[in-house]
Amino acid sequence: MSTTTLSPADDTAPRFYDLDEHPHPEGHSTMLGFWIYLMSDCLIFAILFACYAVLGGNYAAGPAPKDLFELPLVALNTAMLLFSSITYGFAVLQMQQGKVRGTQLWLAITGLFGLAFLGIELYEFHHLIEIGATPQRSAFLSAFFTLVGTHGLHVTFGIVWLITLMVQLGKHGLVAANRRRVMCLSMFWHFLDVIWIGVFTIVYLMGMLR
Amino acid sequence: MSANHDPHEIEMPHASLRDYAIGFVLSVILTAVPFWMVMTMPLSASATAAIIMAFAVVQIVVHMVFFLHMTPKAEGGWSLTSLVFTIIVVGIMLAGSLWVMHHLNTNMMPMPHDMNQLP
Repeated sequence: MSTTTLSPADDTAPRFYDLDEHPHPEGHSTMLGFWIYLMSDCLIFAILFACYAVLGGNYAAGPAPKDLFELPLVALNTAMLLFSSITYGFAVLQMQQGKVRGTQLWLAITGLFGLAFLGIELYEFHHLIEIGATPQRSAFLSAFFTLVGTHGLHVTFGIVWLITLMVQLGKHGLVAANRRRVMCLSMFWHFLDVIWIGVFTIVYLMGMLR
Repeated sequence: MSANHDPHEIEMPHASLRDYAIGFVLSVILTAVPFWMVMTMPLSASATAAIIMAFAVVQIVVHMVFFLHMTPKAEGGWSLTSLVFTIIVVGIMLAGSLWVMHHLNTNMMPMPHDMNQLP
């Protein structure tokens, strides 16, 4: 063990510093690292929200939120994402009890809710583009499609990860690495729901009030 | 797994059914009320806006606590530290953008055609 002392100029007892690397278990910092990633993702969304807040009123004589958004559809979409959050929670609970099949089952249900969310969102986008409310139409629509589309893209990658994780669970079971992955995806999935709270409040609900 | 604390065991947040149930019920209420308020408009637009923004903030906290298992002690406090840092940066960025762009918009209003009316 290598140690070092300060120069004993101040004639007190010598102090020792332990400079050795200590062994860390594999993945001990993964959760914190993933959280830092989510915080950086948060900054991306914050910039897109700022962009929408600044440009959201520039309609270029085109359609306004009131002409475009259907709140019942948005409410249904929000419900899908909220249900997927609680079903992911059930998957984590199954994992804590060491049940591989149960974890996989709840992950699959979560994935279905995620797909339903994406389906509704794509239907909405398709409808908007069909009636001419394309991203090129106005600054409001550019900012809208960028913000909501980026969130949708995150959900898409979340579903890809979800399927990958189900396969990994089937192959290797609830080993330490897989448990860690389940918890990381849990953070990612719930984080996307947090972003969606901002989206439905600021884009859809506040848009209808304008 | 949580009973014996092996120092090399990776610390993971412990989730409970109770947490998820409370979080879910609160989220449903905090989502349904803003939607209902905007759909039926029992109050003025500005009052509704203030209330739904407040509900969104509360719901984000609910998700953080009950779904993301955020506690001051998680990861030795580093999760909360990085979250606070992010919130500060996001706050400066959002407030700054809106402030600057609002003034820009105000000052770039179309000028009156008759320039003689200007002081």
